[in-house]
Amino acid sequence: MPPCLILRVRGVDSRLRIVIIDDSGLRATVLEEGLREAGYEDIHLVPPKGAFVARLERIAPDVVLMDLGSPSRDTLEEMLAVSRALAKPIAMFVDQSDEHMIGAAIDAGVSAYVVDGLRKDRVKPILDLAIRRFNAFSKMQIELDEAKTALAERKTIDRAKAILMESRKLSEADAYALLRTTAMNQGRRIADVAEALITASSLLGGQM
Amino acid sequence: MTPISIAFLPLTDSAVLVAAREKGFAAQHGIDLNLVRSTSWATVRDRLVYGQVQAAHMLAPLAIAVTLGLSQHPSALAAPFKLNVNGNALTMSTAFAAALDPDLARRIADPIAAAHDFATAIGLHHRKPIIGIVHRFSSHALMLRYWLAYAGVDPDRDLALRVLPPSLMVEALRAGEVDGFISGAPWASVAVAEGIGDLAAVGASIWQRGVEKVLAFRTPWMESESELVDRLLVVLSQAAAWCDAAENHAELASLLAGPAYVAQPAEMILPMLTGRLIARAGEPPVLLPDSLLFHREAAAFPWRSQALWIYSQFVRWKMVEHSAKAERLAADVFRSDVYRRALGQAGVPMPGASMKVEGALGAPLAVGSHRGALTLGPDRFFDGRVFDPHHIGAYLAELAR
Repeated sequence: MPPCLILRVRGVDSRLRIVIIDDSGLRATVLEEGLREAGYEDIHLVPPKGAFVARLERIAPDVVLMDLGSPSRDTLEEMLAVSRALAKPIAMFVDQSDEHMIGAAIDAGVSAYVVDGLRKDRVKPILDLAIRRFNAFSKMQIELDEAKTALAERKTIDRAKAILMESRKLSEADAYALLRTTAMNQGRRIADVAEALITASSLLGGQM
Repeated sequence: MTPISIAFLPLTDSAVLVAAREKGFAAQHGIDLNLVRSTSWATVRDRLVYGQVQAAHMLAPLAIAVTLGLSQHPSALAAPFKLNVNGNALTMSTAFAAALDPDLARRIADPIAAAHDFATAIGLHHRKPIIGIVHRFSSHALMLRYWLAYAGVDPDRDLALRVLPPSLMVEALRAGEVDGFISGAPWASVAVAEGIGDLAAVGASIWQRGVEKVLAFRTPWMESESELVDRLLVVLSQAAAWCDAAENHAELASLLAGPAYVAQPAEMILPMLTGRLIARAGEPPVLLPDSLLFHREAAAFPWRSQALWIYSQFVRWKMVEHSAKAERLAADVFRSDVYRRALGQAGVPMPGASMKVEGALGAPLAVGSHRGALTLGPDRFFDGRVFDPHHIGAYLAELAR
């Protein structure tokens, strides 16, 4: 399903100038890509460092998307209040009545600033997209973390197997079976038993 | 168990909330307290305003500003409980502080002389001093303005006030991006311990009983959940009494030091609790007996006159245009009626009035109370002015002179 088509039906306005402020370069890229696919062309990435508000002023965006968890939000709001970075007083969301969407944005960790008076239907697709991309990004991050943990555990188990094979003269299959039986008897995870074995072995000065 | 989520910023004055959860006061009253750590006041505000949490640890002026629509969309907030009184400090770079009184105890104890010294130091500094504040609508920013204006400083003209989150202040000072900062604890102690800053002043010597953080609710939610709100206030009052007791300070500091809360070493948190502040690395501590109050003197009671003092400063610094409506809205944020309803039966000493002249007490005074003995501590402003909430116009005219 080409998402760009659906968004175009809703009325994508490619002239809107969008700034993404984000510490995580990867997440910002993921969001930028999504916006470009959807037909937005005028997109700028600004990391929240140094004189970022001065940059923002020069860019003069219609919409600013920012990580809700960024500690720089107060700085940004203050500068928006005193400078003319956005043409008029700004609002986090176009229409406060859309509680559901605001809830989804906060859950996803998106905060948005838009020029006051910009029509809701012009900004809603951007915010929808940001919410989806932020959610997809955090899901991806969780999966990545899980994958890293799984890889690390497999390495630990391999080392424990090697210790058993060396010190008890076991085959690889028997070493693994011993680890598994011990884990089951003690009600622990194999990776934890393997970890304990490696620690004990190094304390006893055993071969690793 | 009734679940309640409260957003907070990692600061020492989140203590009452942390103790309510960690010391079991909430659980004893059937409340499952979920504390949501946040990184900016904007996020605390949004979580509260858009209903992601039921309550928030909030800068008292911010609660008023949100209600008046000065900080994003207007949204009616209510503060029936103050989470603390006092507890902030102004830290300046060692280079800037070299022009201040070298006698640290005298510098802290004599804010009139210190204000004049500071005004002179501004002129001697190699650039217009950049001072970090945590928010335009923060209690400490208002106190800083009040203090320096006394010595003829126009904070909007003579200083560059820069908003930074408290946790980034020390880094900004080290990098020379700011020449000093005013914030809640423990950040002054962290900067001093690193040898990059000296204490220049503490909030408690600018206003002896300065309003700091409040517990804020969305007003409609608070009105519709009165039973739960009352129960929560009883919990917080008990937690505040625990936090105030000197024998609990060490344990409180180590609770706050945890990674889910302030995530700074306990020895950085303890000084503001005990009132033994190191003003310069390597020097003995300066003693400050009322550095931070949670419970005694009915510290949690939201005096409507205190909300009005904050409002008067908004008007003074042109953050809002005065109107009878705005004045009433601001006063109504501090809900002393809800405090009375919730804690009237709980044996907490209850002030007889809800408004008082702020800054009138030079010494502790036993006052009319509905239950138990209540002594109010000295609450003077350092310049000796008093704030009569019934005559804001005259007060502002006098300040402008």
